[in-house]
Amino acid sequence: MATLNLKVNKKSYTVDVDPNTPVLWVLRDHLNLVGTKFGCGIAQCGACTIHMDGAAIRSCSLPVSAVANSELTTIEGISENGDHPVQKAWLEHDVPQCGYCQAGQIMTAVALLNENPLPSDQEIENAMNGNICRCGTYLRIKAAVKTASQSL
Amino acid sequence: MTIVKTNMDRRSFLKASALAGGGLMLSFSWLAGCKPTPEQALTMPKEWFELNSYIKIGENGAVTLFSPNPEFGSNVKTSMPMILADELDTDWKNVFVEQADFYPERYDRQFTGGSQGIRQGWTPLRTAGATARMMLVNAAAQTWKVPAGEITTEAGTIHHKSSNKKAGYGEMASLAATLPVPEEVKLKEIKDFKIIGNSKKNVDGLNIVTGKPLFAIDHKVDGMLYSAIVHPPAFGMKLKSFDASSVKSMPGIKDVFSINVFTEEYERNFFDVATFPEIVAIVGNSTWEVLQAKKALKVEWENAPQSSFAMTDFGGNKSTGSIPAGLENSADHKAKMAEYSAKPGNILRRDGDPEAQFKKAAKVIERTYSAPFLAHNTMEPMNCFADVKGGKAVVYGPTQAPELIMSTLAQALGIPKENIQINLARMGGGFGRRAYSHHLVEAALISQKINAPVKMVYTREDDMTSGVYRPTYTATYRAALDENKNLLAFHVKAGGIPETPIAPNRFPAGAIDNYLAEGWQIESNITIGAFRAPRSNFIASAEQSFLDELAEEMGKDPIAFRLELLKRAETNPVGETNDYDAKRYAGVLELVRDKSNWNTPPAGIHRGVSAYFCHNSYVAEVLDLEMKDNQPTVQKVYAAVDCGIVINPDAAANMGEGAIVDGIGNAFFGELTFTNGVPDKTNFDKYRMIRQKEAPRSIEVHFVKNDVDPTGLGEPLFPPVFAALANSLYKATGKRLYDQPFQPQLIEMGNLKM
Repeated sequence: MATLNLKVNKKSYTVDVDPNTPVLWVLRDHLNLVGTKFGCGIAQCGACTIHMDGAAIRSCSLPVSAVANSELTTIEGISENGDHPVQKAWLEHDVPQCGYCQAGQIMTAVALLNENPLPSDQEIENAMNGNICRCGTYLRIKAAVKTASQSL
Repeated sequence: MTIVKTNMDRRSFLKASALAGGGLMLSFSWLAGCKPTPEQALTMPKEWFELNSYIKIGENGAVTLFSPNPEFGSNVKTSMPMILADELDTDWKNVFVEQADFYPERYDRQFTGGSQGIRQGWTPLRTAGATARMMLVNAAAQTWKVPAGEITTEAGTIHHKSSNKKAGYGEMASLAATLPVPEEVKLKEIKDFKIIGNSKKNVDGLNIVTGKPLFAIDHKVDGMLYSAIVHPPAFGMKLKSFDASSVKSMPGIKDVFSINVFTEEYERNFFDVATFPEIVAIVGNSTWEVLQAKKALKVEWENAPQSSFAMTDFGGNKSTGSIPAGLENSADHKAKMAEYSAKPGNILRRDGDPEAQFKKAAKVIERTYSAPFLAHNTMEPMNCFADVKGGKAVVYGPTQAPELIMSTLAQALGIPKENIQINLARMGGGFGRRAYSHHLVEAALISQKINAPVKMVYTREDDMTSGVYRPTYTATYRAALDENKNLLAFHVKAGGIPETPIAPNRFPAGAIDNYLAEGWQIESNITIGAFRAPRSNFIASAEQSFLDELAEEMGKDPIAFRLELLKRAETNPVGETNDYDAKRYAGVLELVRDKSNWNTPPAGIHRGVSAYFCHNSYVAEVLDLEMKDNQPTVQKVYAAVDCGIVINPDAAANMGEGAIVDGIGNAFFGELTFTNGVPDKTNFDKYRMIRQKEAPRSIEVHFVKNDVDPTGLGEPLFPPVFAALANSLYKATGKRLYDQPFQPQLIEMGNLKM
């Protein structure tokens, strides 16, 4: 066990956990930030995507000891009231079906648009390819990313 | 005008309410309802007045609608309340929606599956809405001392024209809630619908995009422990022993024990498919700690002998279920299926004299199709929260079918049903998998053993290797042609492990004078269950691929050929047990032909068509494929759907798009194979799922406009797309694909890549 200081969504937290614990489980079990989802545990599905210093990472495969000095952002932290342009675009296109993968999809999209505010179709496809949506909402995801891109 | 009997028994409703007051029935909606729009027209009222099980109205006019069925992504949590709201004649923006808990005394059929939610909920929900409206009108009539028949309603206001009296629903709600339930109510004319047929956004949309805790896996209470499970590594194996001391001293570990979801004498129901009834549970302080112990646990397995159990089958008959012994291999499955395909099967339907026609045929075409086992792979793995103590149980889990697991829970826990509350979580996908809900029983047993609230979570590997798969199937189609290429006879023989996929009275039965359908099945210890459009999801792909090849052989356009057969079935059907409406079937083919400009495909596009009827709905699809840098790319899919009245058109299109993407993914990539009973894939690194790049570039879903009561939608768009893809791949590559998944064969075709 180790005592670690974390910065998540601009708030500071101290946790006492096994330093090998993946960030995902620290968020979910210890910090009650359950918007970040468990899908595969091996960085293959993208459901657990969060931002580490602005870049999209898979929180299921990153030990918490590796993020102690980083700024983490989760789905709960990208806007105060669900009004980030990407969230608004998601609502406009009524993207979700079951909704389980969507936090990860949104986090990947936000990171993409932060880096590349006007991505081409192919750039969107490449960026979003790591996030599985079992319900198959891919077309609406792509459309929502484009809408968000235009409103940034 | 439709007048219906309300069948609402006030006494049973009051009984249920009294039970709720008794302390067991908790209100589990820790979120304060979901508003359809973020712009809050009305805030929460001071007091709610219940008009019936589905509807309560606040003194300020706010309306809460309870959505009875579990939500797994088909958007019933929005569309079911839309039906209530329309007949209630309220303003959608004043509506709060809440997920009802499992409450059989108050709601019928709280089951999400078989594409039946809206079809079977249609009349009850309309009746509930209209009844509540009538009670509000009666309250106004009593208050104003005017005849109820002179009162009109609109968007939550009540109006008596000649006296110019007006009131909001909120003003009449407290009186209305005390009035007798009318025995008969008038339902709206279809032309008068204001909410039904007008797209409404997902009521949970904002909660989803902001990451609110909506799923069972997100649930947490004080003092809750975490649990992981360990199940046998192979079908055909069972627990022999485990060494609790191997992990008990690990950090955070509280307890290790085995549980069994079935007691010895329990008579199982059809949905009691528990692959591994006995498993090991590890309980601890956090998910990560129990996952570490799961890896370290010393456990021994042994081969399970053949076993049998008492059960009640799908039709309600008592029977004996049997689980064969052995460690099965996919190679053996293939050999066995080939052997059964060569033998006579059970005759399921026979019209005319097909054997004689085949004997005199100038040409016989015979083709065999196959598809593998598939895992559902819901994005949210199986999990459940349970709190069992003092002879009472609260279970909060992702289940499509709470009513089907209640008896299993009661026998496993030794607690009567009245003391078990099942609360319905939003599900991170279902696709049929969660009609089998033994994860609820497992969590409940674990909680009971440790006498504390617990959340049990499967790993992806546990989830993918715990069975309840789509079965593997094979089908052989034969057609007899005369020297002029006229169709003389048609024969299908299909089977699978462990069931046949044939629906013998579906098209093309009824369209061909000499027709034979045979089925067979091979038993197995690999468990299977419903998977989006069970059986249809394979047999449609085989049948519609074969019809395409047959049309080509006969020198006919594939749509014109199908329409010709359907015309025969419509005007002069063979047999009397055909279970489809040939005219509606033809209607979707005509619509998709129109919408896709079938005869003039864009340059460089390879086109395939397919159509199917299942879950009471008709779907035809045209798929446009392009070879880009030797990579098959689905450019566009056109779907034409006849599912009667569409409640929420944009959400319906979303689900249709999803079914098409799902079908393309499974046709290209979906496959689970076995070596000595062990699944060869355990996670998404090997089990390939369709991703953003492989999805079609666009999809158009067109609904036939009619006034027919709504039928199924979640499943019917799925089965036809497999053959639409296969038929377009044939156009693109010159090769017919007979075995799913297609991607490995495409890779073998020279320079193709995927």
